[in-house]
Amino acid sequence: MAVIRWKPGLFGWHRDPFSEMDRLRREMDSIYSALVEGRGSVPAAGVFPALNMSEDDHNLYVRAELPGVASENIDITTKQNNLIIKGERKIAAEGEKVSYHRKERDAGNFRRIISLPTPVDTNKVTAICKNGVLTVTLPKAAEAKPRQISVKTE
Amino acid sequence: MADKELQVREKQELQSEAEHTRPGLVFTPMVDIFESEQVITVLADMPGVSSDGVSIDLQNNELKITGEVEDQGGEKERFLLREYNTGRFHRHFTISDRIDQSKITATMKDGVLRLVLPKAEKAKPKKIEVKAG
Repeated sequence: MAVIRWKPGLFGWHRDPFSEMDRLRREMDSIYSALVEGRGSVPAAGVFPALNMSEDDHNLYVRAELPGVASENIDITTKQNNLIIKGERKIAAEGEKVSYHRKERDAGNFRRIISLPTPVDTNKVTAICKNGVLTVTLPKAAEAKPRQISVKTE
Repeated sequence: MADKELQVREKQELQSEAEHTRPGLVFTPMVDIFESEQVITVLADMPGVSSDGVSIDLQNNELKITGEVEDQGGEKERFLLREYNTGRFHRHFTISDRIDQSKITATMKDGVLRLVLPKAEKAKPKKIEVKAG
């Protein structure tokens, strides 16, 4: 619980304007940290599929959740500094004799382009789909990799 | 069907009255449920869940589906863009029909669970003939 300072003013007791500022700052902090920690993440682009991108020293990783999409129905291309993921999610008909209680899963096409933040070695891009999660591994081009520079003493 | 563009949908976090004992996010998977005369089939989208990670519990007509996910990505990775979160999946349903528990089959393929619940003999529809009197 926050402790709030109250001060006497002209019209009786009112809230200290500085404590209001404090409260505002705390709220902004919590919104910001929620975004950074990923709890409040939103599909920013509004295009299917939602992507997560991460990096380590050697590679960029682009991941997407594509349950029920066979790997032969996913097509990945790199063009300049863009990655294009397209494909189709097919849902087979279950026969005419079934009656549906719920139908929440969608079928259809998707096509998404995303620009990459660093140059990549397009010849060595690999993609695997495991348990419905696509991972595209893009090795960073030599010039984009971090390099340790040692300081010499003379 | 083929011309349809897939729309991005935010993963639905599980709204539950009880608190979770374990930390982490829990999502409700999208499902299709359909029945024929013999079986009820449940299809659930649970990306990242392997066949070992699924647990299915059917008790007193209540079906609980839980999927455990592995972390996507190594520890040394830094996020540059995050449009979805990961976490385990959980959903439960009330099944009105009697299910033959011994014949339930579940398969996991490409992150989609297919659960086949055969109806018990009693629950299968019986045709009632109307006789002319």
